Amino acid sequence: MTQHSRDLSRRRLLFGGAALGAGALLTACTSNEAAPTAAQTKVAEAAAGGNSTPGKQVTIGFSAPAADHGWIAAITNNAKAQAGAYSDVKFTSVEAGADAAAQRAALSTLVAQKPDVIVLLPHDGKELNAFGLEAMKAGIPVVNLDRAFPDARAYRLQIKGDNYGMGVAAATFIAEQLKAKGVSAPVIGEIAGMDELELTQERSKGFADTLASYGLKVANRRAARFTADSGQQEATGLLQALPKIDAIWNHDDDQGIGVLAAVNQANRKEFFMVGGAGSKKAMEDIQADNTVLKATVTYSPSMASSAISLARLIGQGKGMSDLVELQVPKEIVLASETITKENASNYLKLGF
Amino acid sequence: MTDSTPTATPERPAELPAQSPPVDPAATSAAAKSPGHHGAAPATGRLSFWRGDSGEGARRNLGLIGVLVVLVVIGIATRPDLYGNSSWVWDNILTILKLASVVGVVTVGMTFVIIGGGIDLSVGAIVALAGVWATTLATQSYGAGGMIFTALAVGLGVGLVNGLLVSYGKLVPFIATLAMMVAARGLAAEISDKQTQVSGNSVINGIASTSPLGIPLLVYILAAVVIAGWVLLNRTTFGRRTVAVGGNPEAARLAGINVRRHTVLLYALSGLCCGIAAIMLTAQANSAQAAMANLYELDAIAAAIIGGTLLSGGRGTIVGSLLGVIIFSTITNLFAINGLSTEAQNMVKGGIIVAAVLIQQFQFRSFTQFLGRNRLTTT
Repeated sequence: MTQHSRDLSRRRLLFGGAALGAGALLTACTSNEAAPTAAQTKVAEAAAGGNSTPGKQVTIGFSAPAADHGWIAAITNNAKAQAGAYSDVKFTSVEAGADAAAQRAALSTLVAQKPDVIVLLPHDGKELNAFGLEAMKAGIPVVNLDRAFPDARAYRLQIKGDNYGMGVAAATFIAEQLKAKGVSAPVIGEIAGMDELELTQERSKGFADTLASYGLKVANRRAARFTADSGQQEATGLLQALPKIDAIWNHDDDQGIGVLAAVNQANRKEFFMVGGAGSKKAMEDIQADNTVLKATVTYSPSMASSAISLARLIGQGKGMSDLVELQVPKEIVLASETITKENASNYLKLGF
Repeated sequence: MTDSTPTATPERPAELPAQSPPVDPAATSAAAKSPGHHGAAPATGRLSFWRGDSGEGARRNLGLIGVLVVLVVIGIATRPDLYGNSSWVWDNILTILKLASVVGVVTVGMTFVIIGGGIDLSVGAIVALAGVWATTLATQSYGAGGMIFTALAVGLGVGLVNGLLVSYGKLVPFIATLAMMVAARGLAAEISDKQTQVSGNSVINGIASTSPLGIPLLVYILAAVVIAGWVLLNRTTFGRRTVAVGGNPEAARLAGINVRRHTVLLYALSGLCCGIAAIMLTAQANSAQAAMANLYELDAIAAAIIGGTLLSGGRGTIVGSLLGVIIFSTITNLFAINGLSTEAQNMVKGGIIVAAVLIQQFQFRSFTQFLGRNRLTTT
């Protein structure tokens, strides 16, 4: 009997030890060092007498949705890094929570701290329009990042990407390539992002409109969810539906990891693919030229860095030094550029 | 509690071949000719494949196969050009099975938990956490073995925590696993710093792209998990206990089953399945991120329910759950090859869940009973 209980306790000890060891090993496994990508979009201008000369101290309040996607994470990181590059900027950031209501609450605590300028990526431009109006009325200039307010009085500056333009750029590249190859009646597939978002609709519209101008159309369109696993799933469906494809446009490079995986798993290489957004991985793939990914159209999170720079100028009452105007303009729309093997090296520093 | 014996009545698949349809017509006519002569008990014993309790699981599965056939016929009717090519058809079957593989593995674990009277809302989050944890740079430096071990250990660990919260912490399963769903996704986002973590390990990525003997490895894994689950549920005391605990926990306790420990084991099993699924999904997507395996809990629960698993516990089959998963992935495939939108697909999925449950309730219970009663009274 004592023998028996000793056996049991030894077993318990072994199990306990194994569990502890596994636990220790696992916690050691959460580290993600060796990924110092924080300063990817710092554009500190060196020119003396330009916009970068230190001026009046400016406090910039920043709010963006909690990131669940590489692009949003890059927005927050870029804003922080850019603010850190200026000696005269104080950066206060509030977590915007999970939805527009949470962001509104977070923003009201931000306003109470009386920042000089607020830079804000709203969950939804329409839902936070009222906040923009309120802050502007209270004398705090608002810089809207990427998701437009419907009311022009709700912002001092709006800086955003061009979703429609992305579709245009992707379709133009695809159509020109197909024309150069002399493909008649090409089969074109599209893997969109989250279909309930307006930006996805705009991208698809730009794509379809431009293709139509070349007399082409999309043969099959699947909507994924901006995640790699959903991209893999939808791409598998697309490949299954179209036994022969000439070109694919995938809206988002993060989900593109999954799309490329699906292409490899299906052993298909008769077509070429264009990505979207411009992640570092996509640019490296394009440069290496060993996958079906031949180009990507940008929607760069570097706009967050630019937004901070411009917010600083607004706070100091300066204009952009290269322009004649004495103040910062009211609206800036980034052009969607096409990154190919030839120019990928120039853009690599903007990849996220 | 006047009932001294546990009321759990697990089906016995081994008896099914003996009660296969050929016996049926004679039995039916015998019952019709001599109503009330033998009494109800021997008649239902012989008619059991169509009417009795023991054949119920098999009848449900036949119904599901019927649905599957209808879906395939719709596919053939809408895309005859694709279905005319036999190599494409074979390829498509494999694609559907591959699509079903990850959710299928999760559903096996979910089926056990639901049969045991619980629910696990955290499965999608566990898959994401295990996947993210297994693809950190630190884990990847240990190679494929380290990544697989990490995914399994994380899945098992989180499942254990779920089980302990439910059985010893006395939390309602819905609440405990809901909390875990939120917390595990949060931890996954924290670890990954909200980025997509690319897996650079060719062994892991190869899991999704190798096909020994022409059948994808993912399908073998699904088959292995399903067979292991079937054996565990139908041929071991663990399975019997699961059904007993889910059917009537108090009776199970009085019968000498350690209900608490058994509940912990059920959630741990579900967690382990999520760990396996995490490796498969990471291999498929060549990456992991906190938002992956979105809403897998709903897919798995829906598949188990249309497969005939009783949400209140005590009844369910692994084969039914597998058929449920395959039906959903066939629908997804059908919509993809026809180029229809995801919105329409989701509406159809919702409709199928309701229809499947309605059909099961209606046709197999009341309708056959109603018919049987009618026939007896008319003669």
